[in-house]
Amino acid sequence: MELYELSVHELQERLTRREISSEEIVKSFYTRINNVEDKVKSFITLTEEIALQKAREVDRAGQYNSIAGIPMGLKDIFCTRGVKTTCGSRILANFIPEYDSTASRRLDEQQGVLVGKLNMDEFAMGSSTENSAFFATHNPWDLERVPGGSSGGSAAAVAAGEVPFALGTDTGGSIRQPASFCGVVGMKPTYGRVSRWGVIAFASSLDQVGVFSNDVQDSALIMNIIAGHDPLDSTSAAIEVPDYSSYLDGDVKGLRIAYPKEYFQQGVDDAIKEAINKALQKYEELGAIVEEVSLPHSEYALPAYYLVAPAEASANLARFDGVRYGHRDFEAENVIDMFSQSRAQGFGDEVKRRIMLGAYALSSGYYDAYYLKALKVRRLIANDFEKVFRDFDVIVSPTTPTTAFKLGEQSGDPLTLYMNDILTVPVNMAGLPGISIPCGFKNGLPIGMQLIGKAFDEGTLFKAAYGFEQNTIYHTMKPELGVK
Amino acid sequence: MALTMKEVEHVAMLARLSLSDDEKKKFGEQLSSILNYADTLNVLATDDVEPLTHILPAFNVFRADAIRPSMPREEMLSNAPLEEEGQYKVPKIM
Repeated sequence: MELYELSVHELQERLTRREISSEEIVKSFYTRINNVEDKVKSFITLTEEIALQKAREVDRAGQYNSIAGIPMGLKDIFCTRGVKTTCGSRILANFIPEYDSTASRRLDEQQGVLVGKLNMDEFAMGSSTENSAFFATHNPWDLERVPGGSSGGSAAAVAAGEVPFALGTDTGGSIRQPASFCGVVGMKPTYGRVSRWGVIAFASSLDQVGVFSNDVQDSALIMNIIAGHDPLDSTSAAIEVPDYSSYLDGDVKGLRIAYPKEYFQQGVDDAIKEAINKALQKYEELGAIVEEVSLPHSEYALPAYYLVAPAEASANLARFDGVRYGHRDFEAENVIDMFSQSRAQGFGDEVKRRIMLGAYALSSGYYDAYYLKALKVRRLIANDFEKVFRDFDVIVSPTTPTTAFKLGEQSGDPLTLYMNDILTVPVNMAGLPGISIPCGFKNGLPIGMQLIGKAFDEGTLFKAAYGFEQNTIYHTMKPELGVK
Repeated sequence: MALTMKEVEHVAMLARLSLSDDEKKKFGEQLSSILNYADTLNVLATDDVEPLTHILPAFNVFRADAIRPSMPREEMLSNAPLEEEGQYKVPKIM
């Protein structure tokens, strides 16, 4: 087995046993990147020199605690001091932050080794990574297909063995959907569980940082490092973080699992329904209690989301005005033209659409009809979940209605692309934690199962996900990619 | 509902985006179709529903009013497209 095929915890064991050095591991991953990156195209920036330097430092210190000496990737939305951070946008094509995001700083402090910054849909708006201003990322399972989005680079890099884990962000499904398309584990914690400081904002009441990994154990391990209150983010929750690894006992006996009937309608592919039904049977065999429930407002989550998220985006993205950082149009003669032209030149179409949609939904005369209405519907969606969680521990559903689609297939009509988020968006609207884990294949393409938990109960999600994973082999299957 | 050209221009102005005529037409059509989709929310009676703006309980977050080091000016200006004498420089406003 090659080093790049190992999980974080397997790499950690070899480091602790002194079988390999961090430098060897990091070099092995760069070799893998050199071999597959022209096909997959996960990275916007590679940081090889800094990475090798850090690996040697870790080897010299000889302390392989936590993730010391283990490579990692970051979605290019996390500010990294001295390392270009583009957010997938032309407007930030040359932006070099002066500080680190809290989440990436915590990994850095545990001596994780940053391998590079990963491709994404511009400002995290999209479901295919085709909205990146630079290039599209390809799905390692089928290079003609998308990896999903917006954290498509993170998902593809983990699936292709270019990094053993990566961070992403999830506003409406941007971790779970690409994890599902690429056959890896994607964890979106409860809103407020991980600090958003230094993460370029899209929709501040929905954005949350999370983890891509090869298995559930790694996901728990990374969450142990990044979760927890941060004084720099007033929306990060001051709620104690348990040791997530302690939930990994594989015992799901008596666990109460609900599956919402609405998540098996709405154009969900038959093969996906079948895979989830099989998974539910597996849970029953393992001693869990499985019952059907209803989340009656599910179909309204997506239209409400496409008002709330653009409204918040229109406010957040107002800061990109060509004054303090980012692209500026130097031809403009007055300051208003400078704003309008810099933004017109720097933003791609999807970002422009959402900014305008948000500005419209918040504008005088339309605020009540659109924005306020959407917030009221958001309450109804959150109430649906609350009712179900009075009697159940976990909700199980498909992560996506289809498997990965072809590049270019859905780039025509924005609404068609939005439909990809139909099963993930409700979770963000309610602020709940969700994880997508591999649970099957259709024609060689991975299928993901979404597990949704109570607020701040990521532990039970890990317990349920690990219980399934340890009794199946899907997480051990890797794409071929035609190179060793 | 379909957005008029005037409405598209108004919202582009609010968004500080200069658009070509072709873009105005394209975005106008796309925004209209998204807003039509959003209109499906109108079948829900929500008069008595409290809007949910934020998922965590709303509260003020205070910190001690203590002096802490801040980012050095040169560093904060390092990404400025144009600066002069330690300040951001922009075209004439008045």
